[in-house]
Amino acid sequence: MENRSLFQRIVPHPFLTILLAIVWIVLQNQFSWGMAVFGLILGIIIPFATAPWWPLSPQSFRMGKMFSYAVIVLWDIIVANIEVAWIVLTVPNEKLKPAWISIPLTLKQPEAITMLAGTITLTPGTVSADMSSGGHSLLVHILHTDDPDGVRDEIMSRYQARLEEIFA
Amino acid sequence: MTWTVIGTYATAICLLIGSAFVMVGTIGLVKLKDSMTRLHAPTKVGTVGVGAVLAASIIHNFTFGYGSYHEVLIMAFLFVTAPVSANFIAKVNIHERECDTPPKPTVDEHWATLKPNGIEKMPDQPAQPSNGG
Repeated sequence: MENRSLFQRIVPHPFLTILLAIVWIVLQNQFSWGMAVFGLILGIIIPFATAPWWPLSPQSFRMGKMFSYAVIVLWDIIVANIEVAWIVLTVPNEKLKPAWISIPLTLKQPEAITMLAGTITLTPGTVSADMSSGGHSLLVHILHTDDPDGVRDEIMSRYQARLEEIFA
Repeated sequence: MTWTVIGTYATAICLLIGSAFVMVGTIGLVKLKDSMTRLHAPTKVGTVGVGAVLAASIIHNFTFGYGSYHEVLIMAFLFVTAPVSANFIAKVNIHERECDTPPKPTVDEHWATLKPNGIEKMPDQPAQPSNGG
């Protein structure tokens, strides 16, 4: 903490500052410059006050790739919702094939792993349940599948590879 | 005139889609048999269900009111918190042995929840940034 620049000491998490300001403005529901400035002040005070408990931050974060990732995930959520709704309504309990899969993690940053686990849970049909004790595998539960290895490969190529690029 | 008609229909369609998904989620909650598969129904179908209802609210407000967009925030908070609660329920299920025992991890020895002697330190966490980069 000692040898950080003045800017980094005042604004330890720049993305969080912007995010808090945007959340404050959206919360007001009607835009006014006074509220925007107040949101920015909050966005500076809150990360500054909580910085001692939150020393690490991601080394790099690609905003453009994050945006395309969010679009892909939203689309997958809608498609998978329809699939899961179909499974719930048509597949009888005896024919349901739930499965555990273990995904080897190539991601290292805690933030990236959290985002991968969150994405897996938000995409219907899969829930991320646990992590291995050393942090190298992710346990995922699948509602209904004939091909657990295929699902694992799809998660690795579709989400994990993209997150690696985002947090590269 | 025409805009209010379009807005009304769009609101109605969004509400119908949302409530249909919420209903399917509830049916899943009742129908599925063990606690781990039951976890899939509400956390999942809730995302599009709640999302469509909030979209209906936004469309309605922009058609008939002064415009409102803080529904987006509800969606954002829901997307951040839903996986956490699902993860906690899944961990409890594993811990209480209420589901099939999961297979061994591909890389490490144990799953964190089932490890006999607590959690090891994660070996390759990124180092503390030394200076301003």
